[in-house]
Amino acid sequence: MPQLIQRLITTSCLLFLLVGCATHTAQNTLYDKLGGEAGVDAIVSSFIKQIGQDKQIFHYFADANISRFRTHLTTHLCAITDGPCKYVGDSMTDIHTGMKITEKDFNHLVDLLINAMNLQAIPHRIQNQLLARLAPLRASIIYI
Amino acid sequence: MFRTTMLVSIFISTPLFAGDGKLLATPGVSQVEGSGGGGLVPWAQLAGYASQDEIAANAFCSQALVSDFRLRSCGAQLNLYDQVEVSVAQQNFRINALNTSIEQNIVGVKARLYGDLVYSKWPMLSLGMQYKHLKDTAIADLLGAKDTSGLDWYLAASKLHLGAIAGYNLFWNVTARRTEANEMGILGFGGPNQDNRLQWEASTAIFFSRDLALGVEYRQKPDNLGLKEDNWSDVFVAWLPNKSVSITAAWLDLGTIAGNKNQKGPYVSMTGYF
Repeated sequence: MPQLIQRLITTSCLLFLLVGCATHTAQNTLYDKLGGEAGVDAIVSSFIKQIGQDKQIFHYFADANISRFRTHLTTHLCAITDGPCKYVGDSMTDIHTGMKITEKDFNHLVDLLINAMNLQAIPHRIQNQLLARLAPLRASIIYI
Repeated sequence: MFRTTMLVSIFISTPLFAGDGKLLATPGVSQVEGSGGGGLVPWAQLAGYASQDEIAANAFCSQALVSDFRLRSCGAQLNLYDQVEVSVAQQNFRINALNTSIEQNIVGVKARLYGDLVYSKWPMLSLGMQYKHLKDTAIADLLGAKDTSGLDWYLAASKLHLGAIAGYNLFWNVTARRTEANEMGILGFGGPNQDNRLQWEASTAIFFSRDLALGVEYRQKPDNLGLKEDNWSDVFVAWLPNKSVSITAAWLDLGTIAGNKNQKGPYVSMTGYF
């Protein structure tokens, strides 16, 4: 066991060093890294466009007010990435109750968000940081 | 009415055996004993892309070439609603010097106990077993193994931390296995030198993109035959370009096997997801 831990730690450290070398960004908040207001707006627009063209999950949005969705999503992303906004919309639970969103469809939505970020040329490492902040919301979104 | 239409449309759009509801790369690949995992270590994730409303089936083949031996392992896994994984594998272990091979069949079952690899706060936890049956028993008998079939039990914990290392996703897994298998069962089970039954295994990897991971694995092994059986380790690259296929390449260090020292060499594995 000690040998195991030692080897794992050594190799992990090597991996981390390798990664560490590739990272030197001196921006402040995750909101800034996403390109601030313009960046987040572009991601949201691209995301909405993806949803509009998607056969698998569009039905969840069929009755939604798109401009309201856009406003609230933009503010929510801004707030969750430490931008200068405060999300005052309904809670995630209130919004999604009754929609019975499945795990599969939720993950598909994540894929569409990743597509949107790819289209806006958001770097992989920044994408992951946004996904990390959104991930805890899943419990108050699916199967309710 | 709307709900009914929705349900019907979901049902129609979900053909059997087409589970693809997980995020890319999150099921991991196929382990040499058939379970979902890395190459050497079974992980907590269940093999295949089925979400909790789906079923998925996968098939794999792997080959390891070390100095004096060659291991081929092919098999399949069935993922039932991402709660239970059933796996089968057939191993063919070739001993170059004796111009002979040993075959072993393995049936595995893994059940998810808690959590989700990505989304739960605590690591995902699974309990699994692998029943191993040696078809060619002569060498195991000769070396003094007690049995020619055996049952491994394992408890595995896994987690993927999003953006954890400078923005890259970090994966880790720890597995505790209760086993009497000698060299995974190829050399039988138990022996005159009965060692600890509890063995530890671990893996860790960094995802440099959505579909490419670089990692290491370590697997402790008992030395029941008194042949200085070594622990195993590998460094691997896994490429999971889509939800239909994954390819893994690794460099293995299997130490001493049946008295043959320094067994190192390449490993390749491919899994197809249906």
